[in-house]
Amino acid sequence: MMIPACRLADLPRGEAFRLDIDPPVSVFHTDDGEVFAIDDTCTHQDASLADGWLEGCEVECPLHASKFDLRTGAVDSPPAKLPVRTHEVLIEDGMIHVRVSTDAPNLPPCVAARLAGGPA
Amino acid sequence: MRTVAVVGASLAGLSAARSLRKQGYDGRLVLIGDETHRPYDRPPLSKEFLAGGLGEADLALETDGEDLGAQWLLGARATGLDATARAVRLADGREIRADGFVIATGAAARRLPGSDGLTGVHVLRTLDDARALRDELARGGRLVVIGGGFVGAEVASTAYALGLDVTVVEAAPTPLAAPLGREMGGIVSALHLDHGVRLLCGVGVKGLSGERKVEAVLLEDGRSIPADLVVVGVGARPCVEWLEGSGITLDDGVKCGADGRTSLSGVVAVGDCANWYDPRAGRHRRVEHWTGAQERPAAAVATLLAGGAVEPGVPRPPYFWSDQYGVKIQFAGHAAGADSVTVEEGAPDDRNVLAVYRRAGQPVAVLGMNQPRLFTRWRKQLAAAS
Ligand SMILES: Cc1cc2nc3c(=O)[nH]c(=O)nc-3n(C[C@H](O)[C@H](O)[C@H](O)COP(=O)(O)OP(=O)(O)OC[C@H]3O[C@@H](n4cnc5c(N)ncnc54)[C@H](O)[C@@H]3O)c2cc1C
Ligand code: FES
Repeated sequence: MMIPACRLADLPRGEAFRLDIDPPVSVFHTDDGEVFAIDDTCTHQDASLADGWLEGCEVECPLHASKFDLRTGAVDSPPAKLPVRTHEVLIEDGMIHVRVSTDAPNLPPCVAARLAGGPA
Repeated sequence: MRTVAVVGASLAGLSAARSLRKQGYDGRLVLIGDETHRPYDRPPLSKEFLAGGLGEADLALETDGEDLGAQWLLGARATGLDATARAVRLADGREIRADGFVIATGAAARRLPGSDGLTGVHVLRTLDDARALRDELARGGRLVVIGGGFVGAEVASTAYALGLDVTVVEAAPTPLAAPLGREMGGIVSALHLDHGVRLLCGVGVKGLSGERKVEAVLLEDGRSIPADLVVVGVGARPCVEWLEGSGITLDDGVKCGADGRTSLSGVVAVGDCANWYDPRAGRHRRVEHWTGAQERPAAAVATLLAGGAVEPGVPRPPYFWSDQYGVKIQFAGHAAGADSVTVEEGAPDDRNVLAVYRRAGQPVAVLGMNQPRLFTRWRKQLAAAS
């Protein structure tokens, strides 16, 4: 599924835009001008990675400092142990689009339970 | 370097071992820890684990299939370091020889003098402590928490959610005044009162009463607070007794430079037991927080591998988080040097605050309550402003 996120011109370098789909996805504009999309929810607990500390191609979770690689989704160190999904990004006519991965997301237990219990 | 021994097999020790491998060390690696458990995460012990939401397997710090190619000596207590023979002595008489040493023995919970042998009295530092406390909390009743610091406050919050009747006793006039300052310490500790948890401040504890089981906490002003269960949360002391006589300089933990180097060559110290030189504060500081124990070993290990020939970068300002009554509390920097605190966003009454501490107009610390996004921005700014 291809989803329009926001205009590239509206997303300054070093900033992130959260797409409020379920589960949410975030688009990051790095200081070097690259654009990446990954799952927004940390795999450790319910934290939004769009609120995190962006440095180079890594975002540090705002709560407990696990770092996720925007290119691969890989996590560097505990407390998070699982990677986040990465999503394909397409920029057309200045608009950022995200093709959401069809893999199963690695949601933290508290969020997974909420989604499972919520409306389908 | 052929052999490195890491003493203390918890967060800082594991992080040091990982950094060693990441930085290309391929020699023998020995991890020595006195607990019998593989490295586990302590923060959940006062939060989700205590509440029953997380199991023991969830606490593991290692990832599935992780292999550091290390020799693990668990249930093994170090009793001495012989700097000349370059060996760590263990309680069972073994000696582990090595060329490099990482001291990561952390801290141990302080106990209340005279509370030994009384059941129903707990401290909370280890998994074993948390198991015992969790089992007793499940029975309900009246809990008195001695000490209104972060661990005490989290235990109070968790116990309140489990339905216990909770009282917190704090000797200082305002809880958390040392880490957060009086004003913000007051705002954060007001969370107890919001939830009907009693908070008694400015009064010391004289002792405990009870024959075999604790029955009450006796206060210095003569009051007696009935208790079925007591948690002593009065801080921790660095585990460095085993280093006495080794020649290493001790001063509220292992004294070390900004790069983790100690007074002995080939020995670095990391985590809660290390009293690092903090170039921002211009003095030594022992920081007992998770993120420092996780991050700083990389610099210490670089020092160890380079034989002390690396220039350490300025570390980020110390950071910690706490979860109480469903509120995310985050703090970075040093509150002690501030001459003003202003709430920049949110309202203290809503327990939703972003507060900035400044000295001579320059930000030196930041506090967030349920403000992760703004907090991260300020934390970044703080790190850049040095
Ligand atoms: C209940 C609780 C909740 C916490 N919550 C938070 C939080 O929310 N946020 C936050 O930032 N921080 C929190 N912390 C602090 C954080 O857990 C510590 O900063 C961190 O664990 C320090 O890691 P460390 O490896 O230096 O020390 P430790 O985790 O104390 O590990 C040291 C290890 O060395 C072992 N050891 C000691 N002496 C010897 C010896 N002689 N020989 C062999 N082994 C030895 C110990 O048994 C232990 O296993 C919390 C701590 C506790 C106890
Ligand atoms: S919530 Fe992201 S590391 Fe804990």
